[in-house]
Amino acid sequence: MSPDTTAATMTKPLLKVSDLHAWYGESHVLHGINLELAEGQLITLLGRNGAGRTTTLRAIMGLVDRRTGSIQIGGAEYIGMPRHKIAPTAGIGYCPEERGIFSTLTVEENLMLPPVVGPDGMPLDEIFTMFPNLRDVRKRMGTRLSGGEQQMLAMARILRTGARLLLLDEITEGLAPVIVKTLGTVIRQLKAKGYTIVLVEQNFRFAAPLADRHYVIEHGEVIDVVEAHEIETKMDRLNHYLSV
Amino acid sequence: MSFDVMMKLIMAQGMLGLNNGVFYAMLSLGLAVIFGLLNVVNFAHGALYMTGAFVALILNSYLGVWLGIGWLHIGFWPALIIAPIVVGLFGILIERFLLRWLYGLDPIYSLLLTFGITLVLQGLFINYFNASGTPYPGMPESLRGVVNLGFMMFPKYRLFVIVFSILVCIAVWFVIERTRIGAMLRAGTENPELVQAFGINVPRMVTLTFGFGTALAGLAGVLAAPIYSVSPLMGANLIIIIFAVVVIGGMGSIAGAVVTGLALGLIEGVTKVFYAPASNTVIFFLMVIVLLVRPAGLFGRQG
Amino acid sequence: MTDIAEFEEDVPAQDRGRTRIGQAVLWILLLGFVLLAPFFLYPVFVMQLLCFALFACAFNLLIGFTGLLSFGHAAFFGGAAYICGHVLTAWGFPPLLGIIAGGLFAAVLGLVVGALAIRRQGIYFAMITLALAQIVYFFALQLPFTGGEDGLQGIPRGYLLGFINLNDSLNMYYFVAVVFLVGFLAIYRTIHSPFGQVLQAIRENEPRALSLGYNVDRFKLIAFVLSATLAGVAGSTKAIVFQFASLTDVHWSTSGEVILMTLVGGMGTIFGPVLGAFIVVALQHVLTGIGSWVQVVIGATFVACVLVFRRGIIGEIARLLKLHSV
Repeated sequence: MSPDTTAATMTKPLLKVSDLHAWYGESHVLHGINLELAEGQLITLLGRNGAGRTTTLRAIMGLVDRRTGSIQIGGAEYIGMPRHKIAPTAGIGYCPEERGIFSTLTVEENLMLPPVVGPDGMPLDEIFTMFPNLRDVRKRMGTRLSGGEQQMLAMARILRTGARLLLLDEITEGLAPVIVKTLGTVIRQLKAKGYTIVLVEQNFRFAAPLADRHYVIEHGEVIDVVEAHEIETKMDRLNHYLSV
Repeated sequence: MSFDVMMKLIMAQGMLGLNNGVFYAMLSLGLAVIFGLLNVVNFAHGALYMTGAFVALILNSYLGVWLGIGWLHIGFWPALIIAPIVVGLFGILIERFLLRWLYGLDPIYSLLLTFGITLVLQGLFINYFNASGTPYPGMPESLRGVVNLGFMMFPKYRLFVIVFSILVCIAVWFVIERTRIGAMLRAGTENPELVQAFGINVPRMVTLTFGFGTALAGLAGVLAAPIYSVSPLMGANLIIIIFAVVVIGGMGSIAGAVVTGLALGLIEGVTKVFYAPASNTVIFFLMVIVLLVRPAGLFGRQG
Repeated sequence: MTDIAEFEEDVPAQDRGRTRIGQAVLWILLLGFVLLAPFFLYPVFVMQLLCFALFACAFNLLIGFTGLLSFGHAAFFGGAAYICGHVLTAWGFPPLLGIIAGGLFAAVLGLVVGALAIRRQGIYFAMITLALAQIVYFFALQLPFTGGEDGLQGIPRGYLLGFINLNDSLNMYYFVAVVFLVGFLAIYRTIHSPFGQVLQAIRENEPRALSLGYNVDRFKLIAFVLSATLAGVAGSTKAIVFQFASLTDVHWSTSGEVILMTLVGGMGTIFGPVLGAFIVVALQHVLTGIGSWVQVVIGATFVACVLVFRRGIIGEIARLLKLHSV
């Protein structure tokens, strides 16, 4: 529950969000989100639809009308930074809800669109090894892909930029089980390579084995924090939070 | 009239029409590029075209007098580069200091704002220059005279304008559809927020795009200067035709804007052969037909 | 209807009394001005004010209460002026019939233009109306009866109802005043009718109005025809007052002027366009000495209004005093 229990398990956080409030126009959506994770860790944001999980990622990316509080990445403060400087400065790769594939761009153009934000971007060869399907459809228009292919493209697109901190919003949504399984493998590989990942996930069975820690969000606040090793004991509580 | 003579007449008027068509194409192209990213219908596009022509005229005929340097005449070729830059920079100022405040509001406000700018520009030029037009004397020596096209003798300069403008349109199309900058622009048109989250400076891109679109209008103005007399009102009626072109073609497609512009110029020219009084309304009537048959426009996405 | 009726009920109770007083004050000011103005001001000038005020109110019915920006309203105003002028001059129609003829012409033209323009939404609507109005402009330039560049001159004012000599400037004035008031009242009634409430619902949220089962296109078209008709009445009246119809009346710059009048006074307010028309027409009179600088001033006013003063004068006053529907 309290941040202290988690802080003890970490040395220095890569991402530390404190008392984050966010607004769309007049409506106050986040009411003081606190979360943190160390380099190489993976956390999930769990909760019902409309709880504020997507907005938390969007607020970190500066995609809200107004935000207050503190967002520290690698010790630097990002709360006042203009939108377009956040990803390059912090080395973030952001995969938005519904993937954000551009329909007027080819697959290749989609892939090459985001500017490089870090030194060790994944080379195209490695990307095509990780997502073999993409190699054959390079010249196709972005939205002439299956949902699974689009998701692979959305992932590949940010890995190429050299981002080390990935914010992934509902990457399994609406995808066939076999593709969800592939994505699970990909996330595991990425974690093994030392990427730091924030996962907004509806599919708890997908998220549970991958995460170091789960944040449960409701009404724009973190209402519970569950460490990976506590899952067994807190399963009932989690089920309660996530039941519709 | 024999068939042969008729054909020659049609082709001759067609060429002259095409000559107007390249201006329609270039201007509706700029309008479409701006509209795509900014969701702004730039009424001032015609006035900026006029400004481009005046910059060329001033460089050639007035600047030397104003500066007291009698021998200074900056000719057509330098003007072809300078005027678009001047007009583009002016466009950038408009975007940065005026248009920017209206993003997120109903696009009618930006239309009205640019309409106001049109009136200001027109009024200013009417004050300092002859309202009924001043001829541009700076046509380069190399482009004077006529060429024999087989079916007619055609002014060399006009042929140059047609070829040059079409090349410009193709180049713009290529940049937008086939390069990384173009991909950024297209992505920005679709989802500016996400493009910005990826780390691309969208506000700057918006400014530059507006500057580029207006520079195209300035370029068209320079090209027009030696053909039509340079008048403060030269852009006013043109912009209304351009709007009709854009309604017909739809603003969603770059190639569509260009093709529609060229085709309508051609049709307008050929109309002169058959019924001259209708030539200045034929485009508007075609717009009516398109609205009846295909309301979204020829290249527009339905709905 | 219940959902639509909400728009009337939106007014908070504590603002209702103040709103009534505000409306009463504006009505008294308007009626007082219309009745007494010719004793203080040059009657032809006031008649010009009233014609443009009616024109602006008609235009406002579209932009302010339906959310449609017509950039071609000069076609109705000027087109009707030509028709009215023609039937008075060539056919010897009496003035009232001339105005009716002009209004009817504008109605038919409005039906055609409106039916075409509502096929596209948003900003395209403005472009289409502008382009269609340009056809009317070219017709006015080229048709044999319009007098081309010279316009239609020497339109006789004639006798109203056969015995009121309109060449007398006060007679003419009060005739114009009645035309204006009838037109203004028609618009006022329209806005406050169930029909007007639907129009405002469309302006607020078109998809919602559609989902409530309203035939949005038909409402838009009726509003357009109504607006065009009244613009035509204004134009016809103007033709009789000045005894001529000119290309300026059908030119796009006139369409622009009526937008500015409405914008200055307050789009979507009832009295705003009247005030806006007065200001713009007065401004043009005051500035006649400076030649084409007038255009610069008008343009700059446009820019300034759009940037910092989008509610217009009456709109801004209404906001400060929390008045509704003034």
